[in-house]
Amino acid sequence: MNQVLKLLLEGGRLDTAQMAQVLNLSEAEITRQLAELKAQRVLLGWAPVLNLSDEDAGLVSAVIEVRITPERGGGFNRLAERISRFDEVESCYLMSGGYDLLVFVNGASLQRVAAFVSEKLSTIEGVLSTATHFMLRSYKEHGFLLDGKTEETDRLKVAP
Amino acid sequence: MRMDSTHYIARHVASLPKSGIRDFFDIVAKMKDAISLGVGEPDFDTPWHIREAGIYALEKGKTHYTSNLGLIELRRAISRYVGKNFSVSYAPEDEILITVGVSEALDLACRALINPGDKVMYHQPCYVSYHPGIALAHGVGVPVPTFAKDQFALTVDALRAAWEPGCKLLMLNLPCNPTGGTCDHAQVEAIAKFAVEKDLLVLSDEIYSELTFEGVHTSIASLPGLKERTIFLHGFSKAFAMTGWRIGYACGPAALIEAMMKVHQYSMLCASIISQEAAIEALVRGEDAMKKMRDQYHRRRDFIVRRFNEIGLPCHLPRGSFYAFPDVSKTGLGEKDFALGLLEAEKVAIVPGTAFGANGAGFCRACFATSYEHLIEAGNRIERHVQNLAAKK
Repeated sequence: MNQVLKLLLEGGRLDTAQMAQVLNLSEAEITRQLAELKAQRVLLGWAPVLNLSDEDAGLVSAVIEVRITPERGGGFNRLAERISRFDEVESCYLMSGGYDLLVFVNGASLQRVAAFVSEKLSTIEGVLSTATHFMLRSYKEHGFLLDGKTEETDRLKVAP
Repeated sequence: MRMDSTHYIARHVASLPKSGIRDFFDIVAKMKDAISLGVGEPDFDTPWHIREAGIYALEKGKTHYTSNLGLIELRRAISRYVGKNFSVSYAPEDEILITVGVSEALDLACRALINPGDKVMYHQPCYVSYHPGIALAHGVGVPVPTFAKDQFALTVDALRAAWEPGCKLLMLNLPCNPTGGTCDHAQVEAIAKFAVEKDLLVLSDEIYSELTFEGVHTSIASLPGLKERTIFLHGFSKAFAMTGWRIGYACGPAALIEAMMKVHQYSMLCASIISQEAAIEALVRGEDAMKKMRDQYHRRRDFIVRRFNEIGLPCHLPRGSFYAFPDVSKTGLGEKDFALGLLEAEKVAIVPGTAFGANGAGFCRACFATSYEHLIEAGNRIERHVQNLAAKK
């Protein structure tokens, strides 16, 4: 596997200058490899992981289990893509089990999310049913603990 | 032997000039890696929920003609939207006409209101279609200059100086393509008073009005006494990134809408039903998406105007639209030579100001409806080019 990709998988906390140092490559080479990963659609983009629970302009998050009818010549793909394109949809996955698509939705309020589900999602031809679950509280987001009291372990500066 | 059919062409069409923009862009289209700041449309695709509403309408079998005036649901949505955002109240039943873009609405207004020889005032630099639209309707265009010292606002002094007996219509485009100029409340009031004084009918193209970054946009039709002598033209292309859908509307006194509808019904019949359905979605639920796009244009405007001034091309801060109008005369070159030179040397396309009227001389139009990355790169390339020009002197 590509060295830069491996570094990214470790958490992507280094900037290009730091990655260059660690991998003993030039910054230009790092930038080039990142561009290549982007062109190959392995690296899709960068998104900040935000904890907005204290913000007034909070976001309401919901997870929706969607059952859909597969289509000839496309399976679930066309419908899944159509659903995925909505701005409200953060993630969309095809799942094994009792439903087909797991859709993560964000909205400004409970009513907005409910309106999205009832007016936009449920009405699409091929959507059989939806089950919406609203998020009450987040503990961990994309690898980051929210109540991350950085435990200051009193690590000795010198130890034999 | 091939027949030469050009003598069949009507004289008033043959005499129309080719669009100054298109010529330029034939060159750009053939260039690899060119950054174009030249096309006057949003870089955003239409927000998905609006596109999806169009798809949904197709699925539901909405494929038939609509009323000539357009879907009543859309007219009602427009009536609410215009009432709320422009402070003018239009009755959906007979004061609103859905058209194939604002372009068609302008054409309808010209054809319905201009007798051969009637004079139509319009401020320039302006959108390339205005004067041809007047000429195609056998009218006579009376251009009114706007100036950098006024940030290209339309002043009553300029109107008064340009007015002549026989002027019947006044075409307004605020905020303006290409200059980004617009008028504050006091200036619009003054124009309104002038229109009443000279008994002018106002055609107000407000397509860029949502993209007003500072202050409030004043719609002339909202001023006392103006609703009865204004045709308010607006659409979805810029605010909702729906340029290709070809959907717009005209609002005005019932008798004038009726006249425009007569022409529309015999030529277009109705605007595309799918575009009309999508437009309803835009008006009802599109505000969030529109604001997101506007915020981005705002940031991009601040960036590119700052860059032009840093580079040594004085550029006023446009209060509206997504165009910057830098003054390139300090380089010693004319606007055409500068734009062509920039294109050849650095592959950045901006449009010479004279494509928009005589008062565009010395200026170029740069559209900042493009990504930050492109704007940053374009800024760097333009800076390099200007520095190279200075070094050669």
